[in-house]
Amino acid sequence: MDALLQNFFNLAIYREVFPFLLRGLWTTIWLSLLVIPIGIVSGLALALVCTQTRHRWLRVLVAVYVDFFRSFPPLVLLILIYFGAPFLGLDLPKLAAVAIGFMLNNYSYFSEVFRAGIESVPSGQMEAARSTGLTRLQALRHVIVPQATRNVLPDLVSNCIEVIKLTTIASVVALPELLRVARDAQSLVYNPSPIVLAALMYLALLWPLVRWLSRLEHKNRAIA
Amino acid sequence: MVNSAAPGLEQFFFTFFNADVAATYWRDIARGMGITALLSIAVVASGLLLGLVLAVVRHLQWRLPGLLVVAFADILRSLPPLVLIIVFFFAFPFIDLSMSSFTATWLALTLVLAAYAEESIWGGILSLPVGQSEAARSTGLSWWQTTVSVVLPQALRLAVPPLTNRVISVTKNTALGSVIALSEILNTAQSASSNAGNPTPLMLGAAAYLVMFIPVVLFSRWLETRWRWKR
Repeated sequence: MDALLQNFFNLAIYREVFPFLLRGLWTTIWLSLLVIPIGIVSGLALALVCTQTRHRWLRVLVAVYVDFFRSFPPLVLLILIYFGAPFLGLDLPKLAAVAIGFMLNNYSYFSEVFRAGIESVPSGQMEAARSTGLTRLQALRHVIVPQATRNVLPDLVSNCIEVIKLTTIASVVALPELLRVARDAQSLVYNPSPIVLAALMYLALLWPLVRWLSRLEHKNRAIA
Repeated sequence: MVNSAAPGLEQFFFTFFNADVAATYWRDIARGMGITALLSIAVVASGLLLGLVLAVVRHLQWRLPGLLVVAFADILRSLPPLVLIIVFFFAFPFIDLSMSSFTATWLALTLVLAAYAEESIWGGILSLPVGQSEAARSTGLSWWQTTVSVVLPQALRLAVPPLTNRVISVTKNTALGSVIALSEILNTAQSASSNAGNPTPLMLGAAAYLVMFIPVVLFSRWLETRWRWKR
């Protein structure tokens, strides 16, 4: 018990490293705020292309793209970009490598969610909207997409949580987000308390979101 | 974009798809594939089993165990898997609980998968009409018999679509083991490519992941549509 307190919940060390970890937490947060909107916008665009096009080959292309990145661990993608780019004579900053990796990976997940959402809106909605004189684009914007988004809101939230958790892999390329900072602190003080504190901070950041997600899911189930 | 000294495509292939380098290192990558496959199978088996047990415990509707299951599922869904792996591998030795990198990765991913599986199966149980178990009980089946032969078969079927995605993403997370030097595909590929000073092993590793996971992704799509129709 004493060893546990000493090594996991060492308050003296907590006090010492807290400012550093807080800075790491900020990096985690703004990294998420950078990659989530990009993922949502591009995923929605991809889903719209996929559901609205009349060209079969385009739909097949998107499906291949999505399955390709679903089969690829994000960490492998990141390592490939970060360590492969220099061989192309490309000097990619860490942040750019992380952003590109996340973009490629997020695209496919968000587009899958939006595709399911758009397909869940009955086709009568589009027909009715068009018959009132809205153009196709207007109908999508004001009628289809809002309903689709509401239908898949739990999946969207769940995806965002996954992305926030995924920012930890940026620690592997030494981007100073929360996990990285905690590991550096751990090797400085030779005590694992900083990692445990980082875990507690992740919990504080994400538990409310997970709770909210559970409530959303239950509400949806009650309606369905 | 391409290095000005490089004479184009030939240089590109020499760098990224170098046959000599590939010939030297493909065995290592293949061994890494074995570890990844073994770890994935172990995680899926233990994670789904634990998730099922937890869902049944919650279904008992005893107050304290139910609360504990919910807390477990919430915490394990909130923590990034990489953080768990690092805590198990780097922090637990300080309280005399050392484990190998394989065990640490297996344990972390099992707990994460169990949390998600519990939620999905519990969701399946909740969406069954109460009349199902009431009817089963009224025919004289015990609570256990009702759970095992009426509630769970239907709940599991409902849980399949959300679970397939989760299983895929958790098994892909076996790559996180590379961070604690577990010699699975990614770690093997990385050390091979720094030995060779050439990224070909990384490309081989990437190809290995595609070979392993594309069939799984396709299978999950097939499973989802099949299940949807049968419902």
